[in-house]
Amino acid sequence: MNIFVFVKRVPDTESKIRIDREHNTVIEEELNFVLSPYDEYAVEEALRVREAAGGKVTVFSIGPDEAKVTLKKALAMGADEAVLIKDDAPEAYDGLRIAKIISRLIKDKYPDYDLLLFGKQSVGADNSQVPAMVAEILALPQVNVVTKLDIDDNQGTAIREIEGAAEKVSFPLPAVISAQKGLNEPRYETLKGIMMAKRKEIPLISLQDLGLTEEELLPQLELIKMDNPPAREAGKVIEEEPEEAAKKLVEFLHKEAKVI
Amino acid sequence: MLLVYIEVREGKIKKASLETLSEGKRLADEMNMETAAVFVGSALDGLASEAFSFGAGKVYILDNSLLSQYSPSGYTEALFSLTEEIKPKILLMAATAMGRDLAPRLAAKLDVSLASDCTQVKVNNGELEVVRPLFAGKALASFRFKSSPVMATLRPNVFPLAEKTEGTGETIKKEVDVGDDKVKDRVAEVVRAEGNELDISEAEIIISGGRGMKGPENFDMLRELSGILPNAAVGASRAAVDAEWIDHQNQVGQTGKTVSPDLYMAFGISGAIQHLAGMTSSKFIVAVNKDPDAPIFKIADFGVIGDLFKIIPPLQEELKKVVEE
Repeated sequence: MNIFVFVKRVPDTESKIRIDREHNTVIEEELNFVLSPYDEYAVEEALRVREAAGGKVTVFSIGPDEAKVTLKKALAMGADEAVLIKDDAPEAYDGLRIAKIISRLIKDKYPDYDLLLFGKQSVGADNSQVPAMVAEILALPQVNVVTKLDIDDNQGTAIREIEGAAEKVSFPLPAVISAQKGLNEPRYETLKGIMMAKRKEIPLISLQDLGLTEEELLPQLELIKMDNPPAREAGKVIEEEPEEAAKKLVEFLHKEAKVI
Repeated sequence: MLLVYIEVREGKIKKASLETLSEGKRLADEMNMETAAVFVGSALDGLASEAFSFGAGKVYILDNSLLSQYSPSGYTEALFSLTEEIKPKILLMAATAMGRDLAPRLAAKLDVSLASDCTQVKVNNGELEVVRPLFAGKALASFRFKSSPVMATLRPNVFPLAEKTEGTGETIKKEVDVGDDKVKDRVAEVVRAEGNELDISEAEIIISGGRGMKGPENFDMLRELSGILPNAAVGASRAAVDAEWIDHQNQVGQTGKTVSPDLYMAFGISGAIQHLAGMTSSKFIVAVNKDPDAPIFKIADFGVIGDLFKIIPPLQEELKKVVEE
């Protein structure tokens, strides 16, 4: 089983997002970058599939040199290889651009695979686009937002989350799967894993190596403005006996919020 | 033409699709464009009239028995064949579970970029401009489109439904050619959650609990409250989900769902930044917490400092009284 996992370096979810309004970018200073949480479920699932079926797990990331730290984390968890596709372009929040890079990488450099695993979305861009786009470009079946995955030979079965229910899908490999929280409980890195990850070479591939021109990768979504949402003002806060507080709360719901 | 994909689940049109159609119609009118709706599946007769009454001038029905259940590849194939033929300028979908799965696949086939989960759409100098939240709402970004057709998905529960009219129009039924090899990711079975609870992404009122709920059994109190209120669902903070008191489907926040209900009630939720990001665009926020310094009070429209276990019982009684009136 040859398993590829695609991961992204993102600010952790406790981060306060400050914006450089002149350049429409997130100010990276003081941010703590981590392996995107949903990608962590994808790495864990890849390791579990490998443990059950044998094979190899290769982790890829697209981004600046700093993304090596993210790849090292996946190696320390137990991935066999890691590869960085070096891309210093500012975040464009355009899923198609990334999907094109990944598809070209797979077609040209890594054509031998059984399973492509992703997080259901990166924390930040919140797009949920890349897995489905890669699946289309490579003409593969896709199951996104997966909370349960079973792989048996060349066949997979996945449970995917929808509104108030779940969909069960059986599909042939190779296929694209994206992970939702609940799929598994990611393991911690072991000391041995961390030591091995430290020594491991991470090969670099440039966008030129993939024969991708700047023009081809120009984002087709033009980011014109970025800002923090308008701050909410604190309203009324009361501290009274429960019966009285309940009465006043219901009065608020009825007369001001008008939801009942 | 502006084309809206209409999602059907269990023989019924999704409300979020009608919201998207309503917004689409407003935009199309402003741009002097025709509005059309498209259905994909099989046995869809009788649904077109509802699309007409929400503003579609034309309805396409793409029929194939292989598409009776959702398949991202198969639905993409069907929609692609239609867009190749009628060349819409704008293509919209609701950002539901299906929309978020299908739209990017179709966008890749059309070789266009996609704006996901938009919360504002407007026409500026004849071009569409959208706003979408980043970082679960910690930032908002505006985008213009360089590729055509313009493709966007709209967040459910954000855009108002249009007034229903007695509209009619032309229904065009097409047998689409989708082979077995194009439905390899077809849904085999839909597994219903117990109790058929309303999803928080579709609820108008969310009653949420956090660490202050102290245990899974106490979420029943919130379920009872949500039972009294119309279109209400139970939500939770990450702390409550990670403690396995309630399923992840109910989680609000940056590793859960971003929601914008009419009313968000937070019980025993202190208001970690990743939680606030996911609910701060709610129309009204109510917080009940015993800690007067809880950050949630800084964004709540109405806060109650106190023991939620003492406040919920009289609150239930009061709510029942008002709802019964």
